[in-house]
Amino acid sequence: MTTAVPSAKHVGQSLRRKEDPRLITGRATFVDDLALPGMLHAAVVRSVEAHANIVSIDTSAALARPGIKAVYTGNDMSDLLAPLPMAWAPPGVEIKTPERWPIARDRVCHQGDAVALVIGDDKYVVVDAAADVHVEYESLPVVIDVEEALKDEILVHESLGTNKAHEWSMGGGGDIEQALADSDVVVEQRIVNHRTAGAAMETRGCIAEYRAGQLTVWSSTQVPHLLRLFYAVQMGISEDKVRIIAPEVGGGFGSKLQICAEETMCAWASKQLGRPVKWIETRSENMAVSHHGRDQVDYVRMGATNDGKITAFHANIIQDLGAYFGLLTPMIPELGAFVMTGCYAIPVVQTDITGVFTNKFFTDAIRGAGRPEMTHMLEVTIDQLAQKLGMDPVEVRRKNFIKADQFPYETPYGITYDSGNYEVALDRALEMVDMDAFRAEQASLREQGVLRGIGFSTYTEICGLAPSRAVGPSGFGLGIGLYESALVRVHPTGSVTVFTGASPHGQGHETGFAQIVADRLGVDPSVVEVVHGDTATGPMGLGTYGSRSLAIGGVAVAHAAEKIAMKIREIVAWNLEADAADIEVQNDKFSLKGDPDQGMTLAEAAGCAYIDATKMPEGMEMGLEQTLIYDPSNFVFPFGTHVCVVDVDPETGSVKVVRWVAVDDCGPAVNPMLIDGQVHGGVTHGIGQAIYEQVVYDERGQLVTGTFVDYALPTAAEIPSFETDRTETKSPSNSLGVKGIGEAGTIAATPAVVNAVIDALRHEGISYIDMPLTPLRVWQALEAARGSGDGPRASEQGVELPDQGEGSAGSGPTQPEGGAA
Amino acid sequence: MSMGATVPVEVTVNGELHASEVPARMLLVHYLRDELGLTGTHVGCDTSNCGACTCLIDGESAKSCTVLAVQCDGAKVKTIEGMASADGELHALQEGFWAQHGLQCGYCTPGMIMAAADLLERHSGDGPITEDEVRHGLEGNLCRCTGYHNIVKAVQAAAETSRRIKV
Repeated sequence: MTTAVPSAKHVGQSLRRKEDPRLITGRATFVDDLALPGMLHAAVVRSVEAHANIVSIDTSAALARPGIKAVYTGNDMSDLLAPLPMAWAPPGVEIKTPERWPIARDRVCHQGDAVALVIGDDKYVVVDAAADVHVEYESLPVVIDVEEALKDEILVHESLGTNKAHEWSMGGGGDIEQALADSDVVVEQRIVNHRTAGAAMETRGCIAEYRAGQLTVWSSTQVPHLLRLFYAVQMGISEDKVRIIAPEVGGGFGSKLQICAEETMCAWASKQLGRPVKWIETRSENMAVSHHGRDQVDYVRMGATNDGKITAFHANIIQDLGAYFGLLTPMIPELGAFVMTGCYAIPVVQTDITGVFTNKFFTDAIRGAGRPEMTHMLEVTIDQLAQKLGMDPVEVRRKNFIKADQFPYETPYGITYDSGNYEVALDRALEMVDMDAFRAEQASLREQGVLRGIGFSTYTEICGLAPSRAVGPSGFGLGIGLYESALVRVHPTGSVTVFTGASPHGQGHETGFAQIVADRLGVDPSVVEVVHGDTATGPMGLGTYGSRSLAIGGVAVAHAAEKIAMKIREIVAWNLEADAADIEVQNDKFSLKGDPDQGMTLAEAAGCAYIDATKMPEGMEMGLEQTLIYDPSNFVFPFGTHVCVVDVDPETGSVKVVRWVAVDDCGPAVNPMLIDGQVHGGVTHGIGQAIYEQVVYDERGQLVTGTFVDYALPTAAEIPSFETDRTETKSPSNSLGVKGIGEAGTIAATPAVVNAVIDALRHEGISYIDMPLTPLRVWQALEAARGSGDGPRASEQGVELPDQGEGSAGSGPTQPEGGAA
Repeated sequence: MSMGATVPVEVTVNGELHASEVPARMLLVHYLRDELGLTGTHVGCDTSNCGACTCLIDGESAKSCTVLAVQCDGAKVKTIEGMASADGELHALQEGFWAQHGLQCGYCTPGMIMAAADLLERHSGDGPITEDEVRHGLEGNLCRCTGYHNIVKAVQAAAETSRRIKV
């Protein structure tokens, strides 16, 4: 049978989004926009201590308030059947897993741990009552710094006997110590990749309704089907009696790829009270108890020959896990390790990972999830290597690129990169930048007192999660396969509904998937409705994260539509007394090759399939509907070159990104406008981490950055306009040739910023500064390099500096390496 | 209700007069959302940083999470639901955000559009509004999805449309 893939009419176009009319008119329905009859409101009482035994909880004053229906504590919820899940541990590794219950039972391990749930009939009143719940704590010692925690002097979980959750090592290509010893040069760097927040503009939230044996939860989630699976287990309800609906979801960035304690509590409470219970996270709660990302201390070593050929790369990663495991916590640094070699043919590599508990909230997947951290190590260290060798950092990259004719390329870790052409993307970026003009401008600005710098990041990443055999229980150890589902239903009148197991929250699936289907069924995308996020309407799906939706979910949709197109061709051929192989989609019609007037529209074919059996080949099943599960053969590996230009103010240390050039390759574009949007947002997320954002706890475990007053999300005024372009290298992993693009910008961005700042400051003798590159840090590095100060002087400005220590807490000074040397 | 004393207010919202009894401490954003059912105005933070709740009070943009409903007694409030014309024709800003892909998840969008409406109203210059003016003019509104690039383009496109209409 010939394939039913049509020539592209809608795919490849920057079609305006189908999602937008409801969103720009205020008619969209986010979870907080919903109200049910009899609905109650919930507020969570949270621990003010980072580590303490709960001595007593007095709920009487709260219960006495008018309008309060119940106050529950951990003891009340002892009938929950399972703790909250951790579903991905590295395979074959001994791992210590503390139980994480939705609500603390006798001990709290981080500030914000839930200790009571207050339920009443008004959202103001439950907040009042929550303040009346009196909890007596017996304080326990607190450990915040991850390297301090490794000493096991203070234990987060006494019962585990250690703070070390797991150690995992992967090496490939040979002995790393030997390879480093044999190298002409070795550069070493300690890199702190600090803790950040997901900070979706819509916080988490839910309404849980248990009614007549059926549980329905409206949740701001990226993974509705996983929630259904878990709630069935957690509450002992048959899975068919659980329905999860993700309504309009206001951003996720990984922070809603989680089984949330609060939602579990609301589901449980609704069952107790027989009424729907709504909980909407406040932003302060979101900063404290929506999972954080990053938070590693990394020790890297890179060996090379004198002419710039990288010979070995070693990363020793100490991952701050926080106090518990979330859904994927221990696997995050391992995800990065899978692309440890980046774009480069590095013969010998080794990754050593240590997961460590501290008295902070847990870390988990945030946009990029391990890959930004690894890419940061690699790309920053390559610049250091270039500096040591006196070479151009661009040329060091080029020299080590895996060449276009080497794909598919197997890395020393046995990962097979699907396709790539790194030099073309780099060359295009260089063309856009014009390096000669830049260096001239840099020199002239320096004379005027402006320190301008340029930084490169050439990345590849692993996404499109993923082949179920590779990642699942018998592979990399995830507790479930990562296929994706599609159900394409042509209606009798010829319009189409597509159900996808992907669960978008801003990406534009309703538009992109409609474009894919429209081409295959010969209709306009306006009559293709894409439905997502309701476990009652479509087949089991895995949701949206890991830049997987198009490369897995979109391909599932394409294949389902192609199967329907094949059936339509047989129907049309039968009616025309022609051969199905001679029927193709032309001018919005399934018609005869060479005679486009002879044929049927989708509506006419649907009329045959649903209404008049005599117009169907004998024995053919009526209807036009196809369910399909797609499981890819490999991951996909998008790549590209990002270039950042910064200006550093030598007086204040403030860093401003003034230009950004991005050339990305995610295969053929379904909707170029959507790709640009993902790149803009992804890069901005990375700029945010590199310069502005940091989750800070003080030494007692108190969250210092508990609101948007303290946690600096970049605004429009901090961000430049972006210059984007694309190259197109098809992936052989799927029939569309597409790769993910949701995380690429974030993965590429941070090293480009750091490399740019160092390029601006290198002549001052500065070779490295840890992120975030706040004015204070940069100014202190400048002061130290100029030798004009005896260490940090910021206190003279009235700024009380936290002790930076060696860990991730604190936004205080970093000792600049290479100082005045 | 267990919300304490109530106070009478008369507020004109999107051209319609509403007379209500509201608790004295009720925020305008909750009045709009919970009392009037105008859920297009969103809450994104609790410190007046994010701007998702921005609406117009007597023609000036305000963060409706920092205003009590009772403070709006006698005021004219405009929300995102009042931006398109009665027959559904989109406002130039709505059209701009759609055409320029100025939104992804759309949660910040109503606030962005209302803040931009005020910005364009205040932009007295005859010439086109500059990128820098838009970027600084929208500093009080956070977006996590778009990187602002297309929001800036959307506002500039809307400004251009409005300018052409005025001329």
